[in-house]
Amino acid sequence: MPDLASLRFKNRMYYVLLAAAGLVALAGLYAVHMMETHGHIISGMNNQIVWGMPHVFAIFLIVAASGVLNVASIGSVFGKAIYKARAPLASLLSIAMLAGGLTVLMLDLGRPDRIIVAATNFNPTSVFAWNVVLYSGMFSLVVVYLWTMMERRMNPWNKAAGLAVFVWRFVLTTGTGLIFAFLTARQAYGSALLPPMFIVLSFAWGLAVFHVVQANIYAWNEKALDPDILRRKKNLLGVFVVGSLYMVATYHFTNLYFAHQSGFEHFILRDGGIYPALFWWGYVVLGNLLPLLLIYVPGLGKSKCVMLASMLVIAGAFALLYVFIIGGQAYPLSIFPGYQASSSFADGQIGSYQPSMYEVMLGLGGLAIAFIITTVSVRVLNFMPQDKPYISD
Amino acid sequence: MSDLDMKRRNFLKTSVGAAAVAIAPGMMLFQVANGSSEGVSAKVRWGMLIDTNQCKTGCNDCVTACNKENGLSGETKATDAQWIRKIEIKDISSGREVSLPMMCQHCEHPPCVDVCPTNASMKRADGIVLVDKHRCIGCRYCIMACPYKARSFVHEPLHDQNPDVPRGKGTVESCTLCVHRVDQGLQPACAEACPNKAILFGDLNDPQSEIAKKVRTVASVQVRADLRLNPGVRYQGL
Amino acid sequence: MKMILFILLLAVSPVWAADAVAPKIDIGRGGECVKDPQWMRKNHMHLLKHQRDETLRKGARDDKVSLKGCIECHASTSDDSVTARADSFCVACHHYEAVKIDCFECHSGKRKSAWLQQRNAK
Repeated sequence: MPDLASLRFKNRMYYVLLAAAGLVALAGLYAVHMMETHGHIISGMNNQIVWGMPHVFAIFLIVAASGVLNVASIGSVFGKAIYKARAPLASLLSIAMLAGGLTVLMLDLGRPDRIIVAATNFNPTSVFAWNVVLYSGMFSLVVVYLWTMMERRMNPWNKAAGLAVFVWRFVLTTGTGLIFAFLTARQAYGSALLPPMFIVLSFAWGLAVFHVVQANIYAWNEKALDPDILRRKKNLLGVFVVGSLYMVATYHFTNLYFAHQSGFEHFILRDGGIYPALFWWGYVVLGNLLPLLLIYVPGLGKSKCVMLASMLVIAGAFALLYVFIIGGQAYPLSIFPGYQASSSFADGQIGSYQPSMYEVMLGLGGLAIAFIITTVSVRVLNFMPQDKPYISD
Repeated sequence: MSDLDMKRRNFLKTSVGAAAVAIAPGMMLFQVANGSSEGVSAKVRWGMLIDTNQCKTGCNDCVTACNKENGLSGETKATDAQWIRKIEIKDISSGREVSLPMMCQHCEHPPCVDVCPTNASMKRADGIVLVDKHRCIGCRYCIMACPYKARSFVHEPLHDQNPDVPRGKGTVESCTLCVHRVDQGLQPACAEACPNKAILFGDLNDPQSEIAKKVRTVASVQVRADLRLNPGVRYQGL
Repeated sequence: MKMILFILLLAVSPVWAADAVAPKIDIGRGGECVKDPQWMRKNHMHLLKHQRDETLRKGARDDKVSLKGCIECHASTSDDSVTARADSFCVACHHYEAVKIDCFECHSGKRKSAWLQQRNAK
């Protein structure tokens, strides 16, 4: 039984954390205000790199929001008890990250004041327009799913809602992948491999986020996670990390195989300066190999190791997205294949990009929004996983 | 005229006036839609034939004319808009060098129109691809989708635009084929400014037009024809 | 006859003429070409919104109800603009009614003839 003093301290801590996150979110809003008044000139983005840091944050949040639901699906759709106990927390995280990611995406628009136009004028051939539907649908479905879990009278619908969420999030991540997959003219994108790659990446990133949050909630409540449960979840994370590494490797290998794509691959994997460095050191080593070691090396794999591995996976995710989104645009568009090109509009040149403070502030603001939604909800509602004594199923 | 008559007359006038005001918006719109200007016809397909043999390295007249006509700053920082630019290309295997202007190719199947979530990117009936800035939310997906890098995003607030060429911060823009001039029966500014008449503008659908005749008789290609977008701009001597 | 004149006077005089805080508006050349002022006050935005789609998306240009057409007459005779000053034609009323105008983020508030003159002088 914790004593009164420590409870008081925790209470104060909670408000301090909340206030800190609120400040970060406010800083994000300030960045938006600045970008609104001065235009995107104060961001690092330009006519070559049109999507920058905000998109790295937003896509991470949206992809992880879909992936974290994996925990819920394994519980609801495949009936595993330890996952079922975690489904409410996973759903909450999904809503929180989706809200954060979408906020960033919307506020980065050139005319965010006109966002309503996206609803009144709908272009059925646009993947972006599909995604507007997919995101809002996901949001409401997960809310319903949460309702079927947290309201006893709705429990009978839980399985159906779980199944709907399961299907929807596959479609959603496919939609996110398609944003890039349909860009046929760009060397970096335009590959049918992208939707499945994003799905597998979402599994790993979502589970990593889940681990971090779960570990913090357990620590906050001074509870210990059943080592058996931890072992199973860390093994799952290991499988997902291997899976995503496989997908990313396949994507690059297929590109290397096509002669007209080899220039791009050499750029991204070898000659591109910051991009290969981030890819190999950030994504491959820090985001994959190190976590795998932490998970699988005998003697490691304890609670702290899994936490560290999860945080590394998240860091790797940002590295990969930076390389994928910004590196992908930095490589010049081949307008005249077989020709060398030069012009005043950076044809044939590597695009330059320096992320500005405002972009990072906006991105962090999105993370802060997700954090605030999670922290407040966890405090006012019961999202703590309730485990029965572990029985292998 | 008696006073009574006058009053009755005024009463009638007022009621008719009130009724007219009530239905006027609808009537007005009807009138406008069927009024003097019918809108452009799909029978026309505006296009250009650019003769790269006539296009000189170092000559920038088309770019200057475009900037002046459309009120672009003419600066070439990475954040500045460029609607038309000169590209110098060199065949890697043979070493042959060509200089040519590159701008929106006004595709028949424009990827920018496909990807635009709000239908702001649009193709007019006569084949001119435009951005409806009333609808553009500035997502920049069209810039990502365009194979010709023809589009620019307006990064800064603008002032003193050409009354014929509205442009504004936070929206995407590109070559309009000088739509405001074409609608008056004029040529695009770049075509007019070229000292060597390297840019031939006209209606590709009219078999009697100079451009249609020339396209029929001389070899010309579309850039990235492999993408099957059927651009309205063709190049000769590539 | 007197009666007609009186009604006419009533119709053209602004209804808010009696209002002490009413905006003082520089109506430029003014005049009535589309509809009477009271109707225009109420409905100009619908006309403009309709016409913008007609012009941009269909290419149907009608100078009479185009924004450029409006500006041509209503721009101030002193500075050729509908937006330059606090009492300019568009600004004065929109400020008074507290309605944001989005038009001039992109559109020029200047009379086209004057703008062209200025550009060609450069």
